[in-house]
Amino acid sequence: MVPWRQEDKYGLYSNLLFKYFLAEGIVCGHDLFVASAKEHPDNILKELPAPLLDDTYGKELGDEAAAVKSEDFQDSMKIAWRYQNLPKMEASPTTSTKFGHYYDISKKMPPELCQSVKWHSFYLHEELSFEPKMKAWNMNSGYARLLQSIQRIISQEGFDGSDPQKKQRNVLRIGIQSLGSILWGDDVCCSDSPADPHSLTKFLYVLRGLLRKSLSACIITVPAHLIQNKAIMERVTNLSDMVVGLESFIGSERETNPLYKDYHGLVHVHQIPRLNSLICDVPDTKDLAFRLKRKLFTIETILIEGSNTKDVFHFNLAKEQMNIALLSN
Amino acid sequence: GKFMLLRDTRTDGSFLVHHFLSFYLRAGCKVCFVALLQSFSHYSIVAQKLGVNLAAAKEQGQLVFLESLKSCLDLLFGEEEQPGQPSPLQFLSGSTCDLRALFDFVQVSLTPCARDSWKGLVLLVDDLSVLLSLGAAPVAVLDFIHYCRVSVCCQLQGNVVVLVHSSEDSEDEENELVVNSLCHHSDLILWAEGLATGFCKDVHGQMKIIKRLSLRQAAEQDLVQIYQYKIQDRNVTFFARGLSAAVL
Repeated sequence: MVPWRQEDKYGLYSNLLFKYFLAEGIVCGHDLFVASAKEHPDNILKELPAPLLDDTYGKELGDEAAAVKSEDFQDSMKIAWRYQNLPKMEASPTTSTKFGHYYDISKKMPPELCQSVKWHSFYLHEELSFEPKMKAWNMNSGYARLLQSIQRIISQEGFDGSDPQKKQRNVLRIGIQSLGSILWGDDVCCSDSPADPHSLTKFLYVLRGLLRKSLSACIITVPAHLIQNKAIMERVTNLSDMVVGLESFIGSERETNPLYKDYHGLVHVHQIPRLNSLICDVPDTKDLAFRLKRKLFTIETILIEGSNTKDVFHFNLAKEQMNIALLSN
Repeated sequence: GKFMLLRDTRTDGSFLVHHFLSFYLRAGCKVCFVALLQSFSHYSIVAQKLGVNLAAAKEQGQLVFLESLKSCLDLLFGEEEQPGQPSPLQFLSGSTCDLRALFDFVQVSLTPCARDSWKGLVLLVDDLSVLLSLGAAPVAVLDFIHYCRVSVCCQLQGNVVVLVHSSEDSEDEENELVVNSLCHHSDLILWAEGLATGFCKDVHGQMKIIKRLSLRQAAEQDLVQIYQYKIQDRNVTFFARGLSAAVL
């Protein structure tokens, strides 16, 4: 599965979700593959949020829960990536939670936990110093190199089922940071008519092929606001299983809009997966906003209701914890 | 044979592909399926819900399935290819800009041999827009379709069914060019559109069926029928506009 996130303007929030995805991989014992042209993957892994365990979380959320009336909770609200057996907000998450975990972004993941899983890294600037024999791929060399690296790990570590000796099959979580940015050697973010407009889409297609034939899931952040060629953005969307855009309020007029005062940005769901099925689960509401609290990043629905007596709009908040763990297939 | 265009706007029209795949296989036709975006198992799982076994069809030679994602990996990561067997996705390596290898694959797949007794021949493509993302020029894509029509519709008396994506405010000019050109040459267009008013639980979209009678005779008008539809786990229900179960 290939979900990707459109980076918000300064990359703050998308980077956070990127780290959540990787952190969840560690807590689940999955293997990780981290690729970046911006920061060294070692540093990315050092900055992952620490998982929240029973008591602390219950206490954190206890205050919040008390402030919201029970009728505000929607029973089975369907968000694209939400699964039905996710516990309601009042229950504190425990290690017996069927799906997903919670994280405290004010704390770093302990190093011994990071080291408990196998992880692979791809830092473009280190990779380019080698020059292995490459078939003519007709693609940006940074992307081609990354694909070869991913394919090699999938094959060597048996994620494609090629090693029948392997007793326990594990999942590979791949995280690729800021794909399309100039640091990858692609000018798609700098020019309306890039030198090679097909490199990015070809990369995604081959990656899709690799993911389909292996037990893996991949999250990619893309600085979409920099990509001027909208045709490319449309194609990138069509080639992805899931596409989520984060629109931060920083520096925009919405920052001072009283309607959004409790939030830091909006979440736009551009595409949801429709795999192995005729139908797909479409959310009842697409008005989602996010906010970053001291310890938690939450995504909530916004419902704007008109009051009967006066023409005053107020929010009716239905709080839900979004579980970013649900991105694995 | 007929050329049928499946088109979607603001929604995913792939349910039509699943429908036609099952429909033609059940009818006893030989199908060449060029699957550009999804894996074999994806179609297989849905086909099972629709009562058709794709693996069995493939084994019996009734279904020739090009799993493009897999072929692409074979081309890029595989051994050096044999000179006599070029990959259908030859154009990806940049050695050629046309889609001749893909057309050759289609032609070889559907050319009947003496022992065949299929009720008909069908070429199914899902979805053509992907070829543009892979670097094929619009002209190359249109040429490919043209050759397929001549070969499959005219020479072999079979049908061609192709899915394309489009959107009203699309900035993908190459795609719009391909879609518009194909519309002009289609005998039948099935156009699935998401509702302009947004998502609705009981009505997933609107289907416009356009019979291009004007292609056959200059004075004829195209016949346009509009239905609304709702997709369920194992089938799709159609109903006249405004008459969904929720309204009645």
